[in-house]
Amino acid sequence: MLSLRVSLTATALACLIGLPLGALLAVARFRGRNALLVLVNALMGLPPVVVGLLVYLHLSRSGPLGFLGLLYTPTAMIVAQTILITPIVVALSRQVLDDLHAEYAEQFRSLCLGRGQAVFALIWDGRYSLMTVGLAGFGRAVAEVGAVIVVGGNIDHLTRVMTTAIALETSKGDLPLALGLGLILMTLALAVNAMVHGLRVTAVRYAHA
Amino acid sequence: MHEARIGTAMPVAARAPALMPLEVRGLAYEAGGAALVDGIDLTLTAGEITIVLGANGAGKSLLLRLLHGLIPASRGEMLWNGSPLDRMVRARQAMVFQKPVLLRRSVAANIDFVLAARGGRDAARRDALLHEVGLSDHAGQPARLLSGGEQQRLALARALATRPEVLFLDEPTASLDPASIVKIEQMVAAAHGVGTKIVFVTQDLGQARRLAGDVVFLSRGRVAEHSPAEEFFAEPASEAARDYISGRIVI
Repeated sequence: MLSLRVSLTATALACLIGLPLGALLAVARFRGRNALLVLVNALMGLPPVVVGLLVYLHLSRSGPLGFLGLLYTPTAMIVAQTILITPIVVALSRQVLDDLHAEYAEQFRSLCLGRGQAVFALIWDGRYSLMTVGLAGFGRAVAEVGAVIVVGGNIDHLTRVMTTAIALETSKGDLPLALGLGLILMTLALAVNAMVHGLRVTAVRYAHA
Repeated sequence: MHEARIGTAMPVAARAPALMPLEVRGLAYEAGGAALVDGIDLTLTAGEITIVLGANGAGKSLLLRLLHGLIPASRGEMLWNGSPLDRMVRARQAMVFQKPVLLRRSVAANIDFVLAARGGRDAARRDALLHEVGLSDHAGQPARLLSGGEQQRLALARALATRPEVLFLDEPTASLDPASIVKIEQMVAAAHGVGTKIVFVTQDLGQARRLAGDVVFLSRGRVAEHSPAEEFFAEPASEAARDYISGRIVI
């Protein structure tokens, strides 16, 4: 299941990068913060093909990172999707953690917490709400076709994922197969969402109100 | 474990000079062009429990936040035994808020968090603190499922976990039941007994009489009166305080 592997890895990476950044944006107050928030929010709508193109330019033989030989590999697809959804994770986690921070800010200041401690505490205490943020990122990653097809190339058994296969079968005219693949993809997404939701409900019951 | 005490043994104080007395001169805080507190002159000494009284909007909570450095003053000077209110000074203070802000974690984890942030997880000390506030049986429960009184006791235990030399309390017993109020007053008195300076805001005159060593009475953002408790309750010097104590409504 290359689709799942690529998109889940990209989601994990995006959370690793995006959650601390989102929390930092929630905690920090500095000049230009609002401009940065607008920028990050705008980046949520980044067109997948454009991301694919940018990653392609870097990874192609003549590009600055061409020596890595990553173009048309699953790694390239993970990189592209990570870039695509990190802004989503940053922007949404910032919104979620803003509310939490508003509640905690005075207490944290009273305790003389450092910024790093505050960021980590916010992420930990907001972990159940942040699962939804991760899901939003995953949903975007698993559904997009533009970025993976540009940097992956839709090579059978190597870089072909569900969405690119659907695109291919549709253009070949094999609509029943394309539709079937589409159903499988949607079922997969549903299963992942259901799993996370179940996890969240159980965990919330045991952890806090 | 039973003899383990809270708020005792101040390792910081061993190295640094005491925080008290506090000297405040001309302290003011402005927001939206209006001075919410202004011209605050105040000297607080070690030893007494200081009760801050005043009507709603008199600036009691604001004064506490200014003294604790949660918000920056617009004007004026504040010296803690000669030191300005920097991070080092603030770290030797703690505050309990009217509405306890508890982390979305277990009761024990709320204490652990503070101990860890101050450089040392210490399960024995955490258990001693929880025992002191009568929450030992709730250690594993989610903190936010505790009753209001239990939450405030936990908030107080957490504040004491930092071994503060100055403890600010902002109406900590407002809307609590009598048993919780008694428990919190006992803990505050115990902390005072081992040398913690207490600055306590309340609207409860009975509580003020029970605890007060000296009283700071605020009126319209200014210190109307600062006197020893017996004096204040027997014969308030300011008209505003007389009205307040007698329950007369003044608009």
